[in-house]
Amino acid sequence: MNGLVDVYVQQFKTTLALQVQYRAALVIWVIGHVLEPLIYLVIWSVVSTSTGGSVGGFTTGGFAAYFILLMLVNHVTYTWIMYEYEYRVRHGALSFALLRPVHPIHSDIADNVSSKLITMPGMLLTAVGLALLFKPTFHLVPWAVVATLPALMLAFLLRFLVEWTLALAAFWTTRVSAINQMYFVAVLFLSGQVAPLSLLPHTIQVAATILPFYWTIGFPVELLLGRLTPTQAWTGLVAQAVWLTLSLVLVRIVWRAGVRVYSAVGA
Amino acid sequence: MTTIRLLGVFFRVGVMSELAYRVNFLVRLFQSLLQLGTALAGLAVVFSYTDTLGGWRPDEVIALVGVYSLVGGVIRLIVQPSMERLIESIHDGTLDFTLTKPEDAQLLVSVQGVEIWEVFDIVLGFGVLTVALSRMGESVGAWQAGAFAVMLLAGGAIVYSFWLILATTSFWFVRVENVLMIFQSMYEAGRWPISLYPGWLRFGLTFLVPVAFATTVPAEALTGRLNGQTLLGALALAAALLVASRLFWRVAIRHYSGASA
Repeated sequence: MNGLVDVYVQQFKTTLALQVQYRAALVIWVIGHVLEPLIYLVIWSVVSTSTGGSVGGFTTGGFAAYFILLMLVNHVTYTWIMYEYEYRVRHGALSFALLRPVHPIHSDIADNVSSKLITMPGMLLTAVGLALLFKPTFHLVPWAVVATLPALMLAFLLRFLVEWTLALAAFWTTRVSAINQMYFVAVLFLSGQVAPLSLLPHTIQVAATILPFYWTIGFPVELLLGRLTPTQAWTGLVAQAVWLTLSLVLVRIVWRAGVRVYSAVGA
Repeated sequence: MTTIRLLGVFFRVGVMSELAYRVNFLVRLFQSLLQLGTALAGLAVVFSYTDTLGGWRPDEVIALVGVYSLVGGVIRLIVQPSMERLIESIHDGTLDFTLTKPEDAQLLVSVQGVEIWEVFDIVLGFGVLTVALSRMGESVGAWQAGAFAVMLLAGGAIVYSFWLILATTSFWFVRVENVLMIFQSMYEAGRWPISLYPGWLRFGLTFLVPVAFATTVPAEALTGRLNGQTLLGALALAAALLVASRLFWRVAIRHYSGASA
């Protein structure tokens, strides 16, 4: 166990050093992560203003609060692992990771968390700036704020595992960009990125409650906004836990099968 | 004439190098369709709650999505890959070979990269635009169509000059491609009418990163929203940027001493 802690600490240090070198790349990621929620925030604000101040239970200020928090939650839970894996498999860089005595997922988690620690202050400042510009209305409920903490942790782990599993598609195909794109479309509509889930057609809402995407982004946002009842909150946490268990099983199966078909480039 | 001939040559090279990977044809077609479908589905969600968006009717926003796809396709077909190659060749010194060729160097570096499958986005964008126009009916006259074509060319010239100026700065700076990636991520904002955005963002999308000229302004011309002032302004800006980028390129080349010198 001690060894694993060392792995994390070392990976934190390495990533910090790396990220400080590539500041410009970080800025690009941040712009990408701010722009999309900002666009939908503007669109829904316009719609809400033109239809008398509210749409489907969201006021103009409510949309602002929703999308600003969505931006933050999305930033906490996102990964870029699918791009990494394509490179690792294609260039054979994975071979080195396989030689190490610890499972490569640990260094990826540490890498992800530490790079977010660096970008988080910037994101928070952006959120404050957007809050000043768009005047969101928050109705924070104490128990919901407390419950958001485990929900956010579960959301991070769940999304990480789902996307890490998806990234392993690189073992079987070199055309992962098409697979990634399909995944991003699913996330866009099913996680609440394009609009709060309650504004989408009924069939999409049903699909979203069954599939994992909503639980990784939309659920923590709506929980923190105080829009959910205690029962809904519990249901959500259970759904997250169930999906997390399922994805843990899935990631093991896919990883084993993937490593078996992996023939290192240059070997 | 030389421009067209050179474009033809590089196109042929692009086609030939891609024909080796024939499955890419279907995969890229699928990706283009998916992207367009996503954009239209997003519109469907928004327009299920309202009839007009900042004064734009559904068909007009669909036309804008067509323009967005069309112009984005042209940028990714030739402008972006060429400029990326230019930056790369400045870094690794292969630009010297281009400079020794008997054609105009700016022309050569501007058409040297062709990402052939981006043609799908252009064709699909054109298709969406046509469908949207036919649904809008007789509201598009010859005047609007002409203004649209002119604004499309002006927008293209502005975006091209913008990229060329930035790419040219890599004679002095190292990480210019990052700035260009910012353009790509900002371009997404052009899928919606720029007039919806708050003032500071509108300003940024018009003058810092010329997204507005690439998508909204041509779409405005098509839907009869364009006033003479914007039209002349866009033309003047296009002409000024074309000249400025040309001059800047010449200065950069004059100060360039080659990689091996």
